[in-house]
Amino acid sequence: MALSPRKRARAIRGGQYALLALVLAVLVVSVDWHTIRTAFFDTTVIKGMLPEVFSVALKNTVVFTLCGFAFGLLLGLVLALMRLSSVGPYRWLATGFIEFFRGVPALVVFLALAYGVPLAFPGREVPGGIVGTVTLALGLVGGAYMAETIRAGIQAVPKGQMEAARSLGMSHGRAMRSVVVPQAFRIILPPLTNELILLTKDSSLVYVLGLSLSTYELTKFGRETMNSTNSLTGLIAVGLCYLIITVPLSIVVRRMEARAGKAR
Amino acid sequence: MTVTEQNAPVPAIDVQDLHKYFGDNEVLKGIDFHVGQGEVVCVVGPSGSGKSTLLRCVNLLEVPTSGRIVVEGIEITDPDVDADKVRSRIGMVFQQFNLFPHLTVLRNLTLAQERVKKRGKDEAVEVARRNLAKVGLADKESAYPAHLSGGQQQRVAIARALSMDPDMMLFDEPTSALDPELVGDVLGVMKDLAAEGMTMMVVTHEMGFAREVGDKLVFMDGGVIVEEGAPVAVLSNPQHERTQAFLSKVL
Repeated sequence: MALSPRKRARAIRGGQYALLALVLAVLVVSVDWHTIRTAFFDTTVIKGMLPEVFSVALKNTVVFTLCGFAFGLLLGLVLALMRLSSVGPYRWLATGFIEFFRGVPALVVFLALAYGVPLAFPGREVPGGIVGTVTLALGLVGGAYMAETIRAGIQAVPKGQMEAARSLGMSHGRAMRSVVVPQAFRIILPPLTNELILLTKDSSLVYVLGLSLSTYELTKFGRETMNSTNSLTGLIAVGLCYLIITVPLSIVVRRMEARAGKAR
Repeated sequence: MTVTEQNAPVPAIDVQDLHKYFGDNEVLKGIDFHVGQGEVVCVVGPSGSGKSTLLRCVNLLEVPTSGRIVVEGIEITDPDVDADKVRSRIGMVFQQFNLFPHLTVLRNLTLAQERVKKRGKDEAVEVARRNLAKVGLADKESAYPAHLSGGQQQRVAIARALSMDPDMMLFDEPTSALDPELVGDVLGVMKDLAAEGMTMMVVTHEMGFAREVGDKLVFMDGGVIVEEGAPVAVLSNPQHERTQAFLSKVL
């Protein structure tokens, strides 16, 4: 007897679950768990990484990222407003900047700042040392990306909002600050979070600046551990440390979105 | 174009030979129009007739291509005039309400008072509460716009405009986006305003309101004023063919 469509759908779904379970079972049985554990999850190596993996590496990654993100956000906002300006040269300048820094690999920007600045301005370097250079590099790259996101967000705010603000006597700038931009940021919260997570990982490029022990961030710290212990454990451990940053971030942003959604 | 009536001593709004182009499209083809102090002037006409554009020109949301607009004796079409200052004295109510969705009702009413009129927070809140009470929404001050009905949102929008103590109010189809059963509340608030002597220019399709509250009715079509006069006269005895055709469809 032929199955009813609903029963057939249930049978198909059951089959998919069974297949998934089978694949997992084969993996679990066939993997050489002992070697995996010693190569990737060597507890003595992990113990040796404590507490510096948190107190130095994780902390530096967070600091580098936040500084770069803050600068990038500011730069992105300025670039977005320039892109939307009625003044032609502002638009061209912003477009050129965005196209350049969005297209060039972040690594190249880091290298240019590390070696280009001292050559271009003899005897000078980027102020703020390592943190200053990272802030600048991540900010330039992140700002170029975020500019387009922010511009789209500003344009997604209905035109009537600007008109209502202007009709109350607010200047264009005041209306932007108090009415349009706050709404734009609500709209673009998800893509901005994405950018923050990308910058978290891009902060690992700081290694090209040549780091000392106190400025190791997660990836560099993991690689050094790997070299000194002859085990991949160090790299796996710092890889998981990135999740300590990104997963709570996603949760916080999801909560913020839910709250902003209520006010819409 | 009809011959305009005799001017009041200092008209609240005086529009002279106003032309407005959008690209090559001439939307206003030489408008002469005025609103006296304390008058309620209703502007009706088919969509695309230019009535909203005329209204938006009065507070410079649209920049006229040519012609003069004089508001309380000040020529606002003069490029040296501070448009923000002009707008802060003219309240505007939109078809789509345009409340600020990220702010509470109270903050919607206090923001411009603080930022534009430079009022202190306490004074701004006091003025806001007074105006919310006036539109019958004193209990909604901490709500967000999304939680209000269309009629309530529009009444908040009116209270927001009133909180700037405007000399006159412009209404751009204030009830067109509302469910039929909510229209009455908004019109009631507007009626009260008119009774208080507020100068009002109202673009509307509510002929009943125009008849009952309006001092003057202006019929526009194709970018010109076709006919104007006392609402009862125009509505019951339209002189122009186009007015007759329009009214026969909407009445």
